[in-house]
Amino acid sequence: MSRGVLATEKRGMRELGAEEHVGWDEVTQGTLLPSFEKDVDAAHVRPEERPYSDFNSYTATVASWRVIKPVYNRDICIDCQNCWVWCPDTSIVSRDKQMLGIDYDHCKGCGVCVEVCPTNPKSLLMFGESEETEAALAKWPEKKKKAK
Amino acid sequence: MAITSIKNLKEFSTANERFEGAHLLCPGCAHSMIVRELMNCTDDNLVIASNTGCLEVSTAVYPYTSWDTSWIHIGFENAATAASGAEAMYKARKRKGTLKDPDAPVKFVAFGGDGSTYDIGFQWLSGAMERGHDFTYICLDNENYANTGGQRSSATPIGANTTTAQAGRVSYGKKEKKKDMVAIMAAHGAPYVAQLAPNKWKIMAKGFQKALETEGPCFINTVSACTTEWKFDPKDTIHLTDLATDTLMFPIYEIIDGHELNILYRPKNIIPVEEYLAAQGRYKHLFKPENKHVIEQIQKDIDAKWEYLQRREEARV
Repeated sequence: MSRGVLATEKRGMRELGAEEHVGWDEVTQGTLLPSFEKDVDAAHVRPEERPYSDFNSYTATVASWRVIKPVYNRDICIDCQNCWVWCPDTSIVSRDKQMLGIDYDHCKGCGVCVEVCPTNPKSLLMFGESEETEAALAKWPEKKKKAK
Repeated sequence: MAITSIKNLKEFSTANERFEGAHLLCPGCAHSMIVRELMNCTDDNLVIASNTGCLEVSTAVYPYTSWDTSWIHIGFENAATAASGAEAMYKARKRKGTLKDPDAPVKFVAFGGDGSTYDIGFQWLSGAMERGHDFTYICLDNENYANTGGQRSSATPIGANTTTAQAGRVSYGKKEKKKDMVAIMAAHGAPYVAQLAPNKWKIMAKGFQKALETEGPCFINTVSACTTEWKFDPKDTIHLTDLATDTLMFPIYEIIDGHELNILYRPKNIIPVEEYLAAQGRYKHLFKPENKHVIEQIQKDIDAKWEYLQRREEARV
């Protein structure tokens, strides 16, 4: 069963480094890692419909790197996609020219998306990792007046 | 042509991502912004080769791969060789009619950091450019060997503090100037050579598309701000790249067929270079009174370079 665009079945199911390790002398020379379980032209298939193999880092998570996380406020967002183009971790999920939310399995909490957000107040803000989304949204700042 | 035309960012955002998350690049690294943009600006099949460097070690951590396209890694220096070899093989098999899908558009791309491009892979890159393979080489220029702890490379600018050219009582950091790789590649007579930056995403996407479309060896030098070795806050990657392009530390321009130079971005207000230097920890020592002359030198070099570029563009030679 699919869990939707923001949480597909395979995404982020494993912590990086949690897999069993082999020694340096046991590693096969010249390794081939298939990204998908069967032949697929990724340029024409949405991520949620791709047959990802267990070798694809899509199935891993780096969520534990984060100490602060971006929280997204749909009400203020103007779908400019600045955050999408500059996200270094492919963690801004956009479909049909609309920003849908943040992929918390792959986000490392760098804060670039918040810096490039042009709205007033910003529609993305950084909060502590333990902060609940509702609590963060309740704390959202008011619109700032331009200094004359 | 399978390449989608990119008019605005909304349209661009409908691209299907082919560079996956959970790679191990530092938070805020500009490498992945550049790689993502390259892979999103085309629908064609990509065959990508990577030199050893941050990008390679972070996107292919056994048993994972972050690439949804064909991707090869061989050694530190030979992404250009691997890409040109794959391209030669592809052409030969096309001629012999042994390809499964001969009409599918395929593009060959090589990625290298500045260490593998400017220093270690220079000879290999030069050879591939001279042989005239149909591929695009993209240098992710973060001005040091960031993967191994920030040693100086020949892309490190004068005055920067690196682990092998340290600033202290007797030295102000690296004493040599940065190698002009774009000019060297243009001198190979390459059909398309450019210097681009990720903060100007549209210019960069257009440059990438142009390079992919152009037949023959193309070289693109991209500015990749390194939060770890340039010592700035990860969230400021784009702000710092803005400073780099607006102080003209990294002018954005292209050279077509080795002679026709076009400036692609002219900052409205040219910012003094101090602002760019002050934003980074690696230039902190330059603001001591005894090192002021280095900043003056950097500013003088930038002005001379900008003057040169403008006159080259005007002269159309």
